[in-house]
Amino acid sequence: MSRSASGAPAPADTVRIRFQAAASRKVAPAHDPVDQARARPAWPIPRGGRARRTLTRNPAALTGLAFLCAILATACLAPVLYPDDPLGMVGRPLIWPGQDAEFPLGTDSLGRDVAAGLVHGARVSLLVGIAATVVGLALGLAVGAPAGYFGGWIDRVLVRLIEIFQAVPAFILLVVVVAIAQPSVTTITIAIGLVTWPTIARLVRAEFRAIREKEFVMAARSVGYGHLRIILREILPNALPPIIVTASVMVASAILMESALAFMGLGDPNVVSWGSMIGAGREHLRTAWYLTALPGVVIVFTVLALNLLGDGLNDALNPRIAAERRI
Amino acid sequence: MTVLLDVRDLSISFPNARPVQELSFTIEEGETLAIVGESGSGKSLTALALLRLLPRTAQMSAGRVRFAGRDLLALSEREFRKLRGRDLAMIFQEPMTALNPVLPIGAQVAEVLRLHLGLSRKAAARRAVEVLDLVRIPDPARRATAYPHQLSGGQRQRVMIAIAVAAHPSLLVADEPTTALDVTIQAQILDLLAQLRRDLSMALLLITHDLGVVAEWADRVIALYAGRKVEEARPEQLLGTPRHPYTQGLMAASPRQRVGYHYTDGPLIEIPGHIGSAAGEAGCPFAPRCGFTEPSCRTSMPPLLAREEGRLVACPVTAAREISHGHAVGL
Repeated sequence: MSRSASGAPAPADTVRIRFQAAASRKVAPAHDPVDQARARPAWPIPRGGRARRTLTRNPAALTGLAFLCAILATACLAPVLYPDDPLGMVGRPLIWPGQDAEFPLGTDSLGRDVAAGLVHGARVSLLVGIAATVVGLALGLAVGAPAGYFGGWIDRVLVRLIEIFQAVPAFILLVVVVAIAQPSVTTITIAIGLVTWPTIARLVRAEFRAIREKEFVMAARSVGYGHLRIILREILPNALPPIIVTASVMVASAILMESALAFMGLGDPNVVSWGSMIGAGREHLRTAWYLTALPGVVIVFTVLALNLLGDGLNDALNPRIAAERRI
Repeated sequence: MTVLLDVRDLSISFPNARPVQELSFTIEEGETLAIVGESGSGKSLTALALLRLLPRTAQMSAGRVRFAGRDLLALSEREFRKLRGRDLAMIFQEPMTALNPVLPIGAQVAEVLRLHLGLSRKAAARRAVEVLDLVRIPDPARRATAYPHQLSGGQRQRVMIAIAVAAHPSLLVADEPTTALDVTIQAQILDLLAQLRRDLSMALLLITHDLGVVAEWADRVIALYAGRKVEEARPEQLLGTPRHPYTQGLMAASPRQRVGYHYTDGPLIEIPGHIGSAAGEAGCPFAPRCGFTEPSCRTSMPPLLAREEGRLVACPVTAAREISHGHAVGL
């Protein structure tokens, strides 16, 4: 080696590089008051800020969000808009929409107001959809995250558990659970959560398995982070985009499941839901098709809105995709 | 100088391989020890073993690992976790993937500060900006909100270093910190590490395959071959008068050693064979590629012999020739 240096004194041919490094250090406007003033003062900027900007520039997601907000507002205002029981018989049966100004969306075969049913049905459908998804997400994360993160025998045990639930057709299991546990909004919600969590668990497990091998997880371990911190703060945020998309679709499918249950007469008999309205209207499908079509259309649009929102969230929550969109 | 880290007889084994065997070394406080070796020589595994981050399939055994007066082998996983990042930190080869892609860099630095120094969210955020300034991220207050993909490779490695030194560890393990960076950035990063080492009075274990890096930034160097220490010396000794046939071969193979020599001027010298040649066989792992073998080389690993002050060589043959000829044998 021609360059004989013991580390401390700089050999001649690196002096130039050192000098450059020193020069660039001086140039760096680290304490430029103007720059500092222009820089955003509050730090850290909440991550939601960037995500929100991306989301608000996505027209499809905004449409979905607007529709969902409208449905949500309607659901919240139902007691104000239609204070009476939506299951009460209020008029002549089978009035077509537009025939009677008092019942703008008509009445069903028992003389119940369709508009009141739709508004009150939104409460039940959304409640069941969202609550069941929360149940499914909680179960899915609780099982999928440790299975994927720890691997080994924990993974094998938890995967068997997932497979037990997956081996039974979801809807059959749902019908059985609801039939045994007496249909009510609470039991239906829990039952839907119980049959949907394996999807989330498998997704979470796959994501965690892939991400735990990433070098930043090793780096996180090298600075002394515990398992819980790595799971919640390092891996989960990176696994979130597909989970959120799946969750928004799960809300939609939970609404559909509740509708299907209600259509089969396994819904909560004390409340009106979109599914039970379709179920009640099917006997008049040829003569009064609006009885099934109106709640059907509402379900279709709600599910579509949830899917649009899910896609939008996926783009917004992934900083890399978000950055590409901005260019 | 007091010994900060004392490792005796460290071995790492996988079900079908033993990539590190009976490796012993010490690091003094504030010292830079370089471990050099080619791919597969076990240098990265040594680094991971020190932080107990080896893959699950690996088995580690050691006679002793003492760090700052504590027996690391006796620590539980929970106790060891407290040590990591606070007293013993590591930076990785690939700055592109070693940062969490969905968190701003400032938050990633602040997280370490909150964990190890118990700072509040606000105090940690403020301190994180200072640490980013320490590693010379330009305009750190604004850069703190940037995501890793918005930074260059050199800046990401600076952030990695910031995370590693945030809690002022007494030993920083740098596993090929500049391999993924281009040469000018490489010098800047190594300069930064050298300066931080002085400013924070921290010892540095520098793992590299780059002999130029060793020459300029290390106080002492260990050459690994197939998981065994073949030579330990000061850099100018190792690079100037290599004693082990392997290090001699390495020096001879480097075109930089000959002034004015360009690789188009003639054939490059190489060491015949490859590192896996002696896998699973007894004796010196370099024996199949060595020009000086004696029968004993094939049967048992030659012991490390102290030739000069602070110098160990695991080769009886060249050591003996050294005495008789008074001159290093070139290949």
